[in-house]
Amino acid sequence: MTAATHAPAAVEVPRHHAFGRFCRAYAKRPAGLAGLGLLVAFGVLALASPLFIGDDQLNVIKVDGPQLSPPVDGYPLGTDQAGRSVLLLVIWGARESLSIGIIATALTVVLGSAVGLLAGHYQGRVGQGLMHVTDWFIALPSLPLAISLSAVLGQGAASITIAIAVTSWTATARLVRAQTLAVEARPFIERARALGAGNTQIMIRHVLPNVMPLILVSSTLTVASAILSEATLTFLGLGDPTSVTWGSMLQAAFAGGAVTAGAWWYLIPPGIAILIVVLGFTLVGRAVEHVLNPRMVGR
Amino acid sequence: MKPVLEVRDLMVTYPPRRGAAPARAVDGVNLQVRRGEIVALVGESGCGKSTLARALVGLVKPTGGQVLGDGEPLGYSAAALKAYRRHTQLVLQDPGGALNPRQNVFDAVAEGPRLHGLTDRLGERVHAALARAGLRPPEEFAGRFPHEMSGGQQQRVVIAGALALDPSVIVADEPVASLDASVRGEILKLILELRDSLGLSALVVSHDLGLAWNIADRVAVMYLGRIVETGTVEEVLLRPKHPYTRALLSVLPDSGERPVLLTGEPPDPAAVPGGCRFHPRCPLRAAEQDTLCDSRDLPVLTGDPSRSSLAACHLVH
Repeated sequence: MTAATHAPAAVEVPRHHAFGRFCRAYAKRPAGLAGLGLLVAFGVLALASPLFIGDDQLNVIKVDGPQLSPPVDGYPLGTDQAGRSVLLLVIWGARESLSIGIIATALTVVLGSAVGLLAGHYQGRVGQGLMHVTDWFIALPSLPLAISLSAVLGQGAASITIAIAVTSWTATARLVRAQTLAVEARPFIERARALGAGNTQIMIRHVLPNVMPLILVSSTLTVASAILSEATLTFLGLGDPTSVTWGSMLQAAFAGGAVTAGAWWYLIPPGIAILIVVLGFTLVGRAVEHVLNPRMVGR
Repeated sequence: MKPVLEVRDLMVTYPPRRGAAPARAVDGVNLQVRRGEIVALVGESGCGKSTLARALVGLVKPTGGQVLGDGEPLGYSAAALKAYRRHTQLVLQDPGGALNPRQNVFDAVAEGPRLHGLTDRLGERVHAALARAGLRPPEEFAGRFPHEMSGGQQQRVVIAGALALDPSVIVADEPVASLDASVRGEILKLILELRDSLGLSALVVSHDLGLAWNIADRVAVMYLGRIVETGTVEEVLLRPKHPYTRALLSVLPDSGERPVLLTGEPPDPAAVPGGCRFHPRCPLRAAEQDTLCDSRDLPVLTGDPSRSSLAACHLVH
């Protein structure tokens, strides 16, 4: 935030090199880079997996490996009870686990932020009404709701995504509303009003940028919990039984007696994968928070 | 010539808290600010002066009376308010809080022009406003963030943001109360310079009579929602008529008078006393036991600045 941000020549409106500035500041945070590296690695693996994983490795009828074998040559993380490589299953499972987690988070954050922002800005009837709706959703027990939604919408990734979004947006909405109320009470909102700003301009230019770091940080945590919810719902058998996700791997391991058989290589890899992705999102969220908050620069 | 800013019989009532009467924060005020004039509005905390300032810039909708800018009554539709705000600008007490921490100086100052569609040669407009507010050279400050500046510089940015709209009057609510003593003088000097160079009018709200003496042409003393004395700064501060003004002046360290300590209940806008609203605390009434004070309401002072000083009191004339 030194020479680079200074306005150029006197008559020129300083353009926003916001993205470049963001990237340079982000690059100075090793933990954030590590988290981003983890996520990129998983993302690339997930996207590239169709190149080296096909039906031959995933179809229980076609695979020919040893059954429920500990790590051996050619199967670095062992095999499942059908003889499939656990390593390849973990890589393949990242596709659906990540996409469900990210899409559910996007839905959660957009819905929760919009409701929270509106409820915090319009503190009259609109805000009260929105908060009543939010309270109503909070009162619904999330796991039974997700189970019944999956039952109504049918098994599969889409219904799990919707079920996660419907049950988790309330937390974001309450968080954003609380922060909006705090920001609205600050004098710069009054100054903006006195300068002639309307409701939309105040929300977008003043409230949202000051709530954004919180939204970003909470969304990284939402991704983590969405991936966990996905694992939970799939573990309970609400996912598509034919697709491979980290949750379905854990369920298959549990159902296949991996616990009693002491097949640690079958249980631990999907758990570690969930842990690494959650850690990656948390590290990135923390770094983004620091970069976006000008007061935190250099700390 | 029409005053740039005028209020007529302004009333602002806040809805009651549970079980209490509604609070009459501003309870009938007439006031005029003429072109190129600085008016100080003084009074103790809770007397309604900040509410009056917010009503003047249209942030608080009055429950009665009128606000007039250049003789035109202010409407409260979104479009009318927006048009009015090019004319009247607000400067707040706490410059640190009045600036969005995520906006740099350029964006903070450019906000008004952008909102009003004055984006043609925006850079020049912003830099001119910064320079006028004493932030020179402007390009050195444009990229800074509020937390990288001192309180005085922040207040200059707030003033520059108001100036960028070329307003004809600035309403400043305690503009220097949160600043260091050394910076106060600079900001007050800036307001005076802007008056001299741009013909800007200002209404400065303060609890500080010394500030009023330093910068104001006229003074209005407010007590419990009403102006109780008004006149030129010399008249009001050197020859105060109203017992409330006298009491305020007597407690200044170098007044040379015996301090008059006000007794009785502190003023409560939810329970304005009948008769003269100052009578429960008035030292004159206590001495003379005049029953007129308790029973007869005083007329609202006219805001006509051409009259000599006026005081709302039964006992002095």
